[in-house]
Amino acid sequence: MRSFTYERVETPAAATAAFARTPGARFIAGGTNLLDLMKLEIETPAHLIDVSRLALDKIEATAEGGLRIGAMVRNTDLASDARVRKDYGLLSRALVAGASGQLRNKATTAGNLLQRTRCPYFYDTNQPCNKRKAGSGCAAIGGFNRLHAVVGASEACIATHPSDMAVAMRALDAAVETVDAAGKARSIRLADFYRAPGTTPHLETVLAPGELITAVTLPKPVGGTHIYHKVRDRASYAFALISVGAIVQPDGTGRIALGGVGYKPWRVEAAEADLPRGAKAVAAGLLAGAKTTHENAYKLPLVERTLAGVLAQAKG
Amino acid sequence: MQTPGDFDLSRRGVLVGGAASVAAATIVPAGGADAAPAATPASPPTAKVRFDVNGTARELELDTRTSLLDALREHLQLTGTKKGCDHGQCGACTVIVDGRRINSCLTLAVMHEGDRITTIEGLGLPDKLHPMQAAFIEHDGYQCGYCTPGQICSAVAVLDEIRAGVPSHVTADLGAAPQISAPELRERMSGNICRCGAYSNIIDAITDVAGAKA
Repeated sequence: MRSFTYERVETPAAATAAFARTPGARFIAGGTNLLDLMKLEIETPAHLIDVSRLALDKIEATAEGGLRIGAMVRNTDLASDARVRKDYGLLSRALVAGASGQLRNKATTAGNLLQRTRCPYFYDTNQPCNKRKAGSGCAAIGGFNRLHAVVGASEACIATHPSDMAVAMRALDAAVETVDAAGKARSIRLADFYRAPGTTPHLETVLAPGELITAVTLPKPVGGTHIYHKVRDRASYAFALISVGAIVQPDGTGRIALGGVGYKPWRVEAAEADLPRGAKAVAAGLLAGAKTTHENAYKLPLVERTLAGVLAQAKG
Repeated sequence: MQTPGDFDLSRRGVLVGGAASVAAATIVPAGGADAAPAATPASPPTAKVRFDVNGTARELELDTRTSLLDALREHLQLTGTKKGCDHGQCGACTVIVDGRRINSCLTLAVMHEGDRITTIEGLGLPDKLHPMQAAFIEHDGYQCGYCTPGQICSAVAVLDEIRAGVPSHVTADLGAAPQISAPELRERMSGNICRCGAYSNIIDAITDVAGAKA
């Protein structure tokens, strides 16, 4: 690991100010992903700004009847919150499908959104990777890629976003609240938060350098049956091959978001209109334009069949 | 055929030659013979941290890169906590911080100012075992023992998590309090890998401590 200087800040304003005055700075909260990457020298910050003790650890009701989840709320606490379990069950389910108990006790809401891909070539510094080193190439294309993206990928990168939590938040129409060094706050729909890889897969979100996530907001509850079905290589503590997050209403309408298929939680609102027609029609809309390799083509039927199972379960 | 003496000689030769070429590359100043010698690299940044480990106040000045795991093992000589993968994948380094289990390998020691840390040494001692330690012995919940301190710290915290109502992936009803059952324990212990495969006995030990039937 490269050496770095360290400071702990008490307010978001102090955090963004510290970032602005320190070249090579990074925020650190739970650290479960960043430190792992620093050990491998994939991330090499010269300065760490510890934001883990910011007073952004509350889950509050919003005036609109939804929830504001502080950026520092731990995954365990978010999954356990009585309001989340009651009204946003999909979120609770997705959270406990991810990582391990130990990791969920450290991982934060903001950090979960910002975690990096688990593409093995991103982790292997002996291999080219456009996400790790812009312009170096992509070893996953033509390599071992059964874990990789089938939608939204580019000639430069076929990595997936690994988060389960983000899949639920996408289905729940979440928004990300941020503040920058000038003190300017903004809210970004999660639908607009992740950048397509294109020719610049190293740029993963629309956040500006030094822009700090302060909260994630959820609109008021939409009811329905909430199901998160994650398919993985072992029964627990593994990243998704694919996952289906669903909110299904008694009349058969609903929302579907997928994990493990692209660079972001994948939702196509237009495809949801086909829910009364069944999984095949919805999957066709969700995965329109899919581009597969010989190793990850299984993801297309797997999405359709998992969705069929989820819809059957929702009917009860 | 090569004799042992020849082998030693040639091996030593390689080592000497290697060292010499490294030294030559290091001492030749970039700006020629008159240039000032290169400055020695600055010592890495350090920071002070104070925390409580197993009921004892500790103060350390550490290279900022030091993980909590390395602080415990290398600086406080609390070697009960084990380093397995050092990447949060195996759970051997599990300790309890402010009542919650975490991977001590994936957290910086300097981020734990004022925290209350419990390691396996703080749960119990050979002459006064924690009930979970006694149950692991009773049920033969290990073979080589390397993962055991992490398993035990994790298991103690798992029972607290279930009592606190933290749901798991296998909890059937998010609206009801989770129950202690073998499927619940297996899911919640999935962050602790045991390559000897003592899993079934580990579940028996935890079930015993919880006072429930597996």
